[in-house]
Amino acid sequence: MFQSRKMRAGLGLFAVATASAFVLGACAGGGGGGAAGPEAGVKEGVGPGYVVDYSKYGADYAGTVTVVDTPGPCSWEEMSEKDYSGQTLRILAHVPPNMGEPANLHAEQFGEITGATIEVNNVSFGDLFAEQQRTFQTGVNAYDVIFGGSHWIGDFQEHYATVPDEYVNNTEISENTDLVKSIAKWNGETKLYKIDADRHYLKYRTDVYNDPEAQAAYKEATGNDLAVPTTWTEYNSHASFFADLYQTGTWAPVNQPDGVDFYGSVEIMARDNLMFSAFISRVGPYAKHPDVKGGFWFDENLVPQVNNPGFVQGLTDFVEAVDFVPPGYSSFGLAEEITSFGKGEGLLSYTWDDAMVQANQADSPIRTSVSAAVLPGAEKVWNRTTGEWDTPEGGVNYAPYISWGWTSAVTAASPSQKMAFDYLCFFGNKANHTIDMTIGRFGVNPGRVGDFELDFWTDTVGWDQAAASTFIDTMLAYEENTNRVFDLRVPGNGEFYSAMANGVAEALAGQKSPQEALDDVAVEWEAIIERIGRDTIAEAYEAGIRLEDNLD
Amino acid sequence: MATSPTTIGRNFPVVNFLENGHGVTKLYGRLFLMPGLWTLIAIIIFPLFFTIALSFSNWSVANAGFDWVGGRNWSAMTENGRFWSSMVRLLPFAFLTVVIQYVLGFAIAMFSWKGIASGRFFRVLWLIPMMTTPVVMSVVWKSIFQETVGPVNFVLTALGVSPIAWLSSSTPAMFAIIVAEVWQWTPFMFLLLLAGLLSLPKEPFLAASIDGAGPVRTFFKVTLPMMAPVSIGAIIIRLIEASKIFDTIYAMTIGGPGSSTESPSYYIYITGLRNFDLANGATLSLTYLIFFIIVLTVIAQVLGRLAKPKGS
Repeated sequence: MFQSRKMRAGLGLFAVATASAFVLGACAGGGGGGAAGPEAGVKEGVGPGYVVDYSKYGADYAGTVTVVDTPGPCSWEEMSEKDYSGQTLRILAHVPPNMGEPANLHAEQFGEITGATIEVNNVSFGDLFAEQQRTFQTGVNAYDVIFGGSHWIGDFQEHYATVPDEYVNNTEISENTDLVKSIAKWNGETKLYKIDADRHYLKYRTDVYNDPEAQAAYKEATGNDLAVPTTWTEYNSHASFFADLYQTGTWAPVNQPDGVDFYGSVEIMARDNLMFSAFISRVGPYAKHPDVKGGFWFDENLVPQVNNPGFVQGLTDFVEAVDFVPPGYSSFGLAEEITSFGKGEGLLSYTWDDAMVQANQADSPIRTSVSAAVLPGAEKVWNRTTGEWDTPEGGVNYAPYISWGWTSAVTAASPSQKMAFDYLCFFGNKANHTIDMTIGRFGVNPGRVGDFELDFWTDTVGWDQAAASTFIDTMLAYEENTNRVFDLRVPGNGEFYSAMANGVAEALAGQKSPQEALDDVAVEWEAIIERIGRDTIAEAYEAGIRLEDNLD
Repeated sequence: MATSPTTIGRNFPVVNFLENGHGVTKLYGRLFLMPGLWTLIAIIIFPLFFTIALSFSNWSVANAGFDWVGGRNWSAMTENGRFWSSMVRLLPFAFLTVVIQYVLGFAIAMFSWKGIASGRFFRVLWLIPMMTTPVVMSVVWKSIFQETVGPVNFVLTALGVSPIAWLSSSTPAMFAIIVAEVWQWTPFMFLLLLAGLLSLPKEPFLAASIDGAGPVRTFFKVTLPMMAPVSIGAIIIRLIEASKIFDTIYAMTIGGPGSSTESPSYYIYITGLRNFDLANGATLSLTYLIFFIIVLTVIAQVLGRLAKPKGS
């Protein structure tokens, strides 16, 4: 076993180089990024009452809301009084636009007002985990600030600096909801600087659900009333029915944009592009039993539950959806979902806020035709302790997925931690956060108590009353729900999810049945547990169970 | 006069060695070998042995270092269905693409050798696909095969044919990748074969002409046999490259739908570089390397024998 840190670093680098050379010869990766030095001129204008206006940063921001800087330690005004000239802030971020664009924009702004030199490396989501892993395992200390998924906390928490109290007590963090605060913690310590809050919820087209013609057609065909789906069974039924009805050419949604085809559902099904998260949403209510504590992903003996009947039922529903999603499902990632639903291609969609925000932006063709609801539930839930299906109280089991969400962190090895935390604090200051939430492609979603005020969404952002109120009600319902599904926050999360995504993709493609596919995933999970270490996984999963079972 | 040898340490005969002309030549020879040898060690030998060492370790996302686990990774490799499926998938894919590239490449080379396209302009034109960046062209091909707005389905629809799920059905997805690969790399085959054609002696063709052989007979009895050595080289080089296919798959299908277009390179990339399971990635890489060394050696032998003139 090599002991020396330098030796390890060298070996790590060689390992990566070796793997690259021998495995691929040449392969495409993320890449990108750049450096930005400070520019004179902006700092002078910053002061009390400063109006934050992104339009000066390019045509892409024309028409975005403007907000007056809110006084506080992270504000434009306070930050502009700091001087970081001569220092370099190194940032690892996702490729634009999702989280990458705000990271780059706020880095540029931060450089302008503090004098710091900024270097941002933007990489694709698939490479974001590996890039972090490379920098930590090789000890090269390449970044001060890292953006990534909060579900990787189990892998990286020891490499992240604990957020100092002076920042935890700032409104930028202290006003986060309890749910968001709990996700940022690892065994009680705040390790993540949350600049985003995420959960999956349902988005639906009100111009279909409120359309008497559509209601009558559905009633006639199925004998059921048309209402916003409360279960995944209803979701699939509605999506399938209206996709077929549209294909007949006799009916179209009332506000369907010209030249845009209409499908039943818009879902993320691209294997290596966040499909795992869509699958978890579909599985949650079938597999998360409100009365069964001690593990959603594993049982008390660390036996994977990924192939239990609840998961299999969720996958079976997911496979059905291939018939009523837009063509090219296997390359539908998050960006495609946002764009597709935003331009009016789907009756239903779920996952993050981005598609909802996109659909309600000023330039959206379906602006007044989209509302939100909690994720569909299930009319039965698997009880892993009895080995039987249970009928939930009230008829429907809801288990919304509090899907990881973007986060940021300052690396423990960073020589510029103060500047790094200041950058994150500036990123999330009240004014920036407010504007960022209104730009769908940014991926910055509401997570602070003040974000759920109706007036803001209707008056400032300009959303339709129904859209705004259903959106806020949904968010608040998630705060109250005690049967929520969280990510698998253990070391090797990437491996577990990668194996799961491959199994799900094989079922979607018809290569395997849902049961066969998930049985294979379970075998692979067992191997991963053995490789990483049973005790390591068990210990980390204990922290995850605290979230799942509302023990914190 | 004999000099007594100067010694360094344990009687190292420096003077005698230097005075001996043969020894000096040997020393110089060895010194001149050093740069190449060290380069070889640095870029081939060390990485290879390091990879072998990795394959017997537990270096993964959670264990950075050489915790030896014996043959555990090799045992797991034999049971890794996803890896072996990708290997099985690769063989027909690689052979098919290379055969098509060879046939097309040869046809274009013949065309550019003596046909109307023998001008420099046409020769450069044929090479354009090869000069473009593979990952960029893969994105272009992905757009061409895009299922709702791509031009291929647009044309099919205009002809009254139902649109095809090019990238979300297994067989069409593989077909789309083959098309992209053939488009990109046929020029490479063309280049090698044209160089071979241009180097052929004129006498055999003259003799064939005097004997009254027509163009077809001349091609099969003279051109093709004389091009055999070049053809074998070109086919082997392309087989090696085709078996490493990565960027086209990465950009066009990300291995999907399901895992139906996943190649060993792409799977090893996911294992080693994305999941950071370096030990298993190394094991799979070495298996892949050994497997293809054997397969390509056999193919080269077989092609060599087939190309040998009868009776020789």
